Amino acid sequence: MKPPPFAYHAPRDVGAALRTLAQVRGKVLAGGQSLIPLMNMRLAAPEHLVDINRIGSLSAIDATPAGVRVGALVRHSDAEHAGAHPLLTRALKLVAHPAIRNRGTVVGSLVHADPAAELPAVLAVLDGTVRLARWDGRAVEREVPAREFFVGPLESAVEPGELAVSAFFPALAPRTGTAFEEVARRHGDYALAGVCAVVTVDGDARVTAARVACVGVGPVPVVVDVTGACGGVDVPGASGGADVTGAFGEVDMTGASGSAAGGWAEAARAVQEETEPESDVHASAAYRRHLVGVLAERALRNAAREGAAARGA
Amino acid sequence: MEHEITLVVNGATRRVNVPARRLLSDCLRHDLGLTGTHVGCEHGVCGCCTVLLDGRPVRSCLTFAVTVDGQEITTVEGLAREGAPPRGLRSAGSAATGATGEGGGTERPSRPHDVEEVKPALSPVQRAFAECHGLQCGFCTPGFLCTVTAFLRDNPAPSDDEIVEGISGNLCRCTGYQNIVKAVHRAAELLAEET
Ligand SMILES: Cc1cc2nc3c(=O)[nH]c(=O)nc-3n(C[C@H](O)[C@H](O)[C@H](O)COP(=O)(O)OP(=O)(O)OC[C@H]3O[C@@H](n4cnc5c(N)ncnc54)[C@H](O)[C@@H]3O)c2cc1C
Ligand code: FES
Ligand code: FES
Repeated sequence: MKPPPFAYHAPRDVGAALRTLAQVRGKVLAGGQSLIPLMNMRLAAPEHLVDINRIGSLSAIDATPAGVRVGALVRHSDAEHAGAHPLLTRALKLVAHPAIRNRGTVVGSLVHADPAAELPAVLAVLDGTVRLARWDGRAVEREVPAREFFVGPLESAVEPGELAVSAFFPALAPRTGTAFEEVARRHGDYALAGVCAVVTVDGDARVTAARVACVGVGPVPVVVDVTGACGGVDVPGASGGADVTGAFGEVDMTGASGSAAGGWAEAARAVQEETEPESDVHASAAYRRHLVGVLAERALRNAAREGAAARGA
Repeated sequence: MEHEITLVVNGATRRVNVPARRLLSDCLRHDLGLTGTHVGCEHGVCGCCTVLLDGRPVRSCLTFAVTVDGQEITTVEGLAREGAPPRGLRSAGSAATGATGEGGGTERPSRPHDVEEVKPALSPVQRAFAECHGLQCGFCTPGFLCTVTAFLRDNPAPSDDEIVEGISGNLCRCTGYQNIVKAVHRAAELLAEET
């Protein structure tokens, strides 16, 4: 249970990190909360580690009206407390335990690309991007959209020699709500299945756009646009105007209006059809498929309700 | 290759030579002789090895000592110095102070700033664990004490749910957690009385 030996590099700025990565093709060490367990269990044995923990410029959280850019050294807990993006903040509370969130980084979680991890789904549902850099006589950058970034289980688009310098989470449109619903064996464990939803409503609280991303039910986050299934649906409880805050946060299982229940259920079925869950020791494929349907409906309703409540704001 | 690093451990500056692969948990235990930090799973799940890094709880088994060169670390041995006026209860279980057996017979580095010589009072969190029977075998206790110390600093009057969430990353095989939750409430009371 001890990590194998490696050559250690501790660059102090991004340029030095990129030059080192170009030379040694080592692994990047960020928070270490996924890499060090793998090394302790001898499932990974990198010859060179390039530790980015001393590169202060990578700790920036940059919020603009367009969205929030999170540097590669921003820890889960820093991003959570900064509250820079509502869906990111919500998802971070579901990631591991406080002590792990104090070290693990947002960008590290994206690069690690665990199919059950929450943050890749957040980036995917928002159509965010990851900025990668490498050294080619000078720093060369490329911006990779989420749908190209997640390649397979534990596989992202980061090439050997590349450093992920930041990730960009686009801001929500007006009158938009979000939700992240998941089922895990114990709080803080990786989820058996999870769904995050982003729903936009119009001035009359009718759904105009709805997207979900699912975790744990495919090799990469499964993004499904369900606007076709639930577009135009009246958000239950929102018809009275802006005073829906009382209902916000509760899970409405009754389907307050017939058409709405039909719309959400149809959307949930559409989501189930897009997923390819697998069986493992934690849950069967059939159970995961069941979960993803229930969670999709719940997440869509809660996101819609939050969007409707935001109309007054 | 060895790296010379400087860690400020429980207020004392310690300089050590370590290979890059030395886990912070092993650096504390083997290089610095501070065996109060326990090691259970070495992959981040059990929480026994939790220490405070610049005041925030982290897994010392998922941190390389070289990475935290120059930073401040508080282990269970250092919690007492954060405590308030001396009171009794010195005998309240060695795990609560971290003063466990030092792996008898093996060579032990000299410790110029040996905390035991100072005989500090237990911290309010340590006293609460002793009072409420928040420990049995004590293996998990150092991790709980560090976690709870930081938790109560951020949230001085937590609800039951918040406590359960706060300690969710620490496993205990003995107590069934009920007395640990009680101890956290009691520690919050003691801290409130003393400030
Ligand atoms: C007990 C436990 C429970 C956990 N539970 C959850 C959970 O419920 N949900 C969840 O999402 N995660 C969970 N995690 C993982 C945690 O979120 C990790 O912090 C995260 O996955 C990786 O971030 P890191 O900064 O620690 O990356 P590291 O471990 O440092 O790196 C992970 C991988 O990404 C690469 N990498 C990291 N940063 C960069 C970069 N900037 N550029 C290029 N490559 C890079 C590394 O080379 C490595 O291959 C858990 C971890 C533990 C130990
Ligand atoms: S020994 Fe570090 S978490 Fe178990
Ligand atoms: S007291 Fe024995 S493991 Fe917690």
